[in-house]
Amino acid sequence: MPIYSESFAAAFGLLASSDQDLMEILALSINVSLASLVLSCVIGLPIGAFLAMRHFPMRDFLVGVFNAMMGLPPVVVGLLVYLHLSRSGPFGWLGLLYTPQAMVIAQMILITPIIIALSCQVLEDLHEDYKDFFDSLVVPKRTALLAYIIDARYSLMTVILAGFGRAISEVGAVIIVGGNIDHLTRVMTTAIALETSKGELAMALALGFILLAISLAVNFLVQWLKASARRRAYV
Amino acid sequence: MSNQTGMVQRGLMPITVQNITLTLNERMLIDDLSCIIKSDGMSVIMGPNGAGKSLFMRCLHGLAKPDMGQILYADTPLDPLIRQQQSLVFQTPTILRRTVLANLLFVARQRGIDDPKISMDYLAQLQLDHLAQHPARLLSGGEKQRLALARALIINPAILFLDEATSNLDPASIETIETNLQSVSKQGMKIILVTHDIGQAKRLADDVLFLHHGKLAEHSPAKSFFQKPKSGAAKAYLAGKLVL
Repeated sequence: MPIYSESFAAAFGLLASSDQDLMEILALSINVSLASLVLSCVIGLPIGAFLAMRHFPMRDFLVGVFNAMMGLPPVVVGLLVYLHLSRSGPFGWLGLLYTPQAMVIAQMILITPIIIALSCQVLEDLHEDYKDFFDSLVVPKRTALLAYIIDARYSLMTVILAGFGRAISEVGAVIIVGGNIDHLTRVMTTAIALETSKGELAMALALGFILLAISLAVNFLVQWLKASARRRAYV
Repeated sequence: MSNQTGMVQRGLMPITVQNITLTLNERMLIDDLSCIIKSDGMSVIMGPNGAGKSLFMRCLHGLAKPDMGQILYADTPLDPLIRQQQSLVFQTPTILRRTVLANLLFVARQRGIDDPKISMDYLAQLQLDHLAQHPARLLSGGEKQRLALARALIINPAILFLDEATSNLDPASIETIETNLQSVSKQGMKIILVTHDIGQAKRLADDVLFLHHGKLAEHSPAKSFFQKPKSGAAKAYLAGKLVL
């Protein structure tokens, strides 16, 4: 038992002293996750809106594909990105392997389908609700889209937070394409894996606490947004 | 003629419906329907359930497209400009996830009416001004329907369609809506409404279009329709019998 109490004490010590290594890992984790989230939203939200509002051949097939891609195995995505970015791969000339940018690409591939599928669902429900009214009013498509985004803002924020939650807690893909290089590509999840394998439980626990705190904060934020939307009759 | 939006309104009346037919899932829902709806007063569309009343109204407003035949507004086929001069109040109104005032402002801005004071005036007219900042989806059924009517009226349409807009409402809400309809009708707005409420039809109608099995069974002035209906289906309907 002493090892547990010692590890916990050491972990709190690292957190209390704002250990430089710890803060560096934390900053990189948040930066990589936020960057991939922003890129995923830029790509995913318009695609989700397009799929929600337009009906065309293969549309249902595409929605099905994106739904299925929400469960992409991270290690497989990591492997595919690795193959594409490795020196002999088609994008090897970019020299991105084992950089934070490679980690952003891998995470972006993982969370973009989540953003597309969930935003499509949210906007499709609203489109079904508003369609006849907007059609009757002869509302231009761009105005309608803007109205959907405004009126679905709480639900869309929940979608975005779900994407962030997936990104920040992901380990399989980033360890393959990032390589877990100290002071360069080490993020919380990969550091936890490494420190645990080394038996350095204090650092692993400290990082684990932070990761848990972030996950809980994101979930509480989602719950608060949902409750707030319900209270204001925005759902 | 121009309204407060500054949009030039074309004369839209009369509405000439020429042999329209609409089939869905191999069921003929509108069957070779022809009529001329004149400009004055309120036209009421009546008929038993499944007669095609709502669908006919959706065709008139352009929300449904007939397979055959055509609908002319003052000899012009329905186009987006004509549709912009019409409003439709649905049986179950679509309420935007915003405040009551924001719901009205959204519609007003589609026609270039940016002044919130005008929206507030319409809310006052429909006795909703005290709820202006209230989330619209939390309104009662009657309040939602009054909001829908305010949204329909604020664009000052040449033609106002109402699809069973007062069904399931309490008498006070119905009276508020009917008073407003009579008021705008007197000012020259053409009103076409679908209703099952015979009492309401008697109070409001200038002429009645009675539909049965997707066909126009009768189109008569209200007085003669209620006193001496010509078709057997209308007679049975007014007598409260099941019309099959």
